[in-house]
Amino acid sequence: MPVVLDADRISRTLTRIAHEILERNRGVDELALVGIRTRGVPIAKRLARAIRDINRHDVPTGALDITLYRDDLMRHAVGPQPLIRKTEIPFSIDDKKILLVDDVLYTGRTIRAALDALIDFGRPKAIQLVVLVDRGHRELPIKADYVGKNVPTSPTQSVQVRLTEVDGRDEVEITES
Amino acid sequence: MKKDLLGIGDLTEDEIHLVLDTAEAMREIAQRPIKKVPTLRGKTVVNLFYEPSTRTRTSFEIAEKRLSADTLNIAVAVSSVVKGETLADTARNIEAMAPDMIVIRHASSGAPHLLSRICRSRIINAGDGMHEHPTQALLDAFTIREHKKKIDGLKVTIVGDLLHSRVLRSNVLLLTRLGAEVWVSGPPTLVPVGLERHGVHVSSSIDEAVADADVVMMLRIQQERMHGAFFPSLREYFFTFGMTKARVARAKPDVIIMHPGPMNRGVEIDSEVADGPYSVILEQVANGVAVRMAVLYLLAGGSEGD
Repeated sequence: MPVVLDADRISRTLTRIAHEILERNRGVDELALVGIRTRGVPIAKRLARAIRDINRHDVPTGALDITLYRDDLMRHAVGPQPLIRKTEIPFSIDDKKILLVDDVLYTGRTIRAALDALIDFGRPKAIQLVVLVDRGHRELPIKADYVGKNVPTSPTQSVQVRLTEVDGRDEVEITES
Repeated sequence: MKKDLLGIGDLTEDEIHLVLDTAEAMREIAQRPIKKVPTLRGKTVVNLFYEPSTRTRTSFEIAEKRLSADTLNIAVAVSSVVKGETLADTARNIEAMAPDMIVIRHASSGAPHLLSRICRSRIINAGDGMHEHPTQALLDAFTIREHKKKIDGLKVTIVGDLLHSRVLRSNVLLLTRLGAEVWVSGPPTLVPVGLERHGVHVSSSIDEAVADADVVMMLRIQQERMHGAFFPSLREYFFTFGMTKARVARAKPDVIIMHPGPMNRGVEIDSEVADGPYSVILEQVANGVAVRMAVLYLLAGGSEGD
């Protein structure tokens, strides 16, 4: 199956997005990164590193688990509940520009849940969406502000993002499911 | 997980860890400005309490509300139970109003099991007679794990009224399953027969039981369940089995002191210990909310039986 991004491309893509973030926000004041578990978290941390490499500023970084906000949670009568992991946002999001980070943007439902969750933490000045891959097929009116790569897919395909921190290597692959 | 949580016996070792890990994630919600998640929106939970309870009932209710469930409290003193209705009839009537979960506290052992047989709602045992109190044991395990980073291999000493204690039964089942070395001590009249069969070390000497303990758990003297003379006087009980600073000193230097509440100060525990640096009694209460949120969440989904 085709690998659409290799380790080198992923690295350069994140550096490019870091530059875009700084350009669009005119610096790092008020910025904070929040990664959506699982793979949004290492991507957010890499973006924080990339931003520091560019202008020596640390951007606060948090992790968000959206399971408790999923819209399909109690609709399945069968099967065990999905695992809940820790949300760690060790800073106030009030009046911050939050960069919400995820690996793949697909139906938009995860992002909808993440927006609801974030609003429970405070009132950010703005929320911008960063994704490594946009594969289309939106079911909600949601659009990313920063996209690593647009990958046209069919609904029967699946997009596998692998990151060293979680999977042992960096790669984005499309598979037939 | 099974449909209901009737006792620790219903849980496998993996499921116990799942509850504790989920509680770990739930705890963060208490730190937020808006202490509420929409997870159980539209679910109805009935808290059916046949025994007085402040801590457990409040803890369940807060847990339910933080998960956005609709909650309803039935306290027996003001219900039709005082008009002579049986537990089974009360349960069928509540069931007819289609709640999703029933949390029950009852003075008779096995009351939640009766509900489990006649109700489609999920049943959570919030303490039944002298039988089990599973969410208390889970929150105790959560508190121990948080301080000691493990449970396997720890020496946990439980002291007090062992005979009447559902907290003891649930804790023994849970702690031995997770590999702790459980010691108990109390007046011989208050030690249930056959505890050794569960792998528990029984000692009539509190000093031996407490020596080098990682965790000391004090149990309340349940005077309301004592219809006989189990020991000469409360004063003598304190002298022989009360937890004092001198006794705490025999345990490990980093020992934690626990109590499920409500405490009888000066009977099973000295105020100096209860309010002292080793005491985690109020942490237990805080953790209780997170653990109950975890149980409610995990039971609200599907189960193997559906």
